[in-house]
Amino acid sequence: MNMSSRAERSVVEGPRDGTSPVIPRDPSTALGMTTRLDGELLEVSMGPQHPSTHGVFRMNVALDGETVVKLKPVFGYLHRNHEKIGENTSYLGSMPYTDRLDYFCSLTNNWAYALSVEKLAGIEVPERAEYLRIILAELTRLQNHASLLGFLLSDMGAWGTPLMYAFREREKILDLFESLAGSRMMCDYMRFGGCRVDAGPDWIGRAKKVLDAFPRFLDEFEKLLVSNEIVIARTQHIGKLTADLAISAGITGPMLRASGVNYDLRKVDGYGFYPRFKFRVPLGDHGDTYDRLMMRVLEMRESIEILKQAFEQIPAGPVMNPKVKLRSFRPPVGEAYGRIEGPKGELGFYLISDGSSNPYRYRVRPPSFINLTILEDLCLGHTVADVMVILGSVDIVMGEVDR
Amino acid sequence: MIGIGILSGMAVTLRNFVGSYFEKDRLITVQYPEERETLPENYRNFPFLVYDTDDAAAGLRCVACKICEKECPPQCIYIVKSDDKKPDYMGKLQLYPKVFDIDISVCMSCQICVEVCPFEAIKMDKVFELSCRERFDTLLMRKEELSKSNIYYHKIHPVEAAEVDANLAAAAEAKKKKA
Repeated sequence: MNMSSRAERSVVEGPRDGTSPVIPRDPSTALGMTTRLDGELLEVSMGPQHPSTHGVFRMNVALDGETVVKLKPVFGYLHRNHEKIGENTSYLGSMPYTDRLDYFCSLTNNWAYALSVEKLAGIEVPERAEYLRIILAELTRLQNHASLLGFLLSDMGAWGTPLMYAFREREKILDLFESLAGSRMMCDYMRFGGCRVDAGPDWIGRAKKVLDAFPRFLDEFEKLLVSNEIVIARTQHIGKLTADLAISAGITGPMLRASGVNYDLRKVDGYGFYPRFKFRVPLGDHGDTYDRLMMRVLEMRESIEILKQAFEQIPAGPVMNPKVKLRSFRPPVGEAYGRIEGPKGELGFYLISDGSSNPYRYRVRPPSFINLTILEDLCLGHTVADVMVILGSVDIVMGEVDR
Repeated sequence: MIGIGILSGMAVTLRNFVGSYFEKDRLITVQYPEERETLPENYRNFPFLVYDTDDAAAGLRCVACKICEKECPPQCIYIVKSDDKKPDYMGKLQLYPKVFDIDISVCMSCQICVEVCPFEAIKMDKVFELSCRERFDTLLMRKEELSKSNIYYHKIHPVEAAEVDANLAAAAEAKKKKA
């Protein structure tokens, strides 16, 4: 099977005309072998201590033999009252808390929150800061997708090896974050009206070096994964998500695009300076786990393109709007919703201000929580072993699901 | 042919295995307690208080204005103002903190205290080997433990400290001209 041609075919621009081939599948054949003779169902509680549930996620699964007939997600084990804390601290004080939402991509969380406060108060951001934000957001996307692929393969039984390869690359990007923002994961880097510190020329040089080495990792990873017969058997036609269901359930991010819906906030909203960049939006054909997996690989390739352009175009100048006073910051009365295309989907912050130093309402739209809501629809009819793979391909982080 | 994909994947792992012994950029393991990497300039973990002269009590830049206590998101700073005033490092009479505690078991290293401080008195430290056997008192840093000299600040954040010193000197110069 020639996989590289498939990979290219998955990247198209613009909407579909509905002629994509559909692979026929008879669900009854999968059930036949495993139905219990007495017809009794077995209820299994998977998690919250299960190693493959990506944190403290729990599923109550009803099984007929090995086939899932019912699945009820249970979450809230990591609830930290994020939204109420946000309503009781100052606008600036909420910024470090947003790092802890999706602790894999703290920089995109920072950006989404900063964007909504900037919308609320009408703050302008200097040009260099916008470029730095795009660079950091795309680096975040790279390391998030790389580690997701590693985890997903680990869930499938490829113990350790792909995860270590992915983490080796992630480590290089985290080192960049550490030398710029001071912390590997809890970056707390962006502020309303810009970024906290400027990136020096040596940082940009190092980032370019990391970027140049990244495609090699992608090629290697694709060789490891795309043509592997076991991976194909475990992922193709598993956990199929139709475009209709994805749209009506509010699914966003790579998961929605794997179902063939062309919806990328970087193109649709054009926030930041994304309209200045030339990049393609990868789209999937079938919406199964394999497409969701490949979607991440293709998105990483596009992210590399964006980063290359950003390093070329980045201008000199200040990184912070001098008019913004961070201490005792009081935006005018009003409300704003700022959203960005995070690595996991649409991440939005909805803020209502009553003119005081705390937001009156602080609401997070977490992509991994909303992408998780259709887990039962994806898993029905598949085996228990597939549930873990499907869950892995949804890409959740419990810090964001439970908040 | 079935199996080719698995074999080519195995070739990748084999190449990585061999490369992990010979490729220079792969040999990245640091034998931690004996070897150490230098921390980047911007690295931060917990705050400390800067003092200027040789005397930690007299040279403390902090004037107990309590802004950091108010702005700290997890509320880990506790300050009690002094009743009397004493001259600070520039000779001006100022209040000083009678008590300045930071509970580093609560602190989340966000650097907001540093950003809001108008006196350049609180900065981020780089000490990370702070494990201890007791949860409460040993992780509650008192004023005496938090006070560290400006020389130490120059050592851990050379670029930033030079900038801060230049700013302070410019401010002092401007004040002299006014007076």
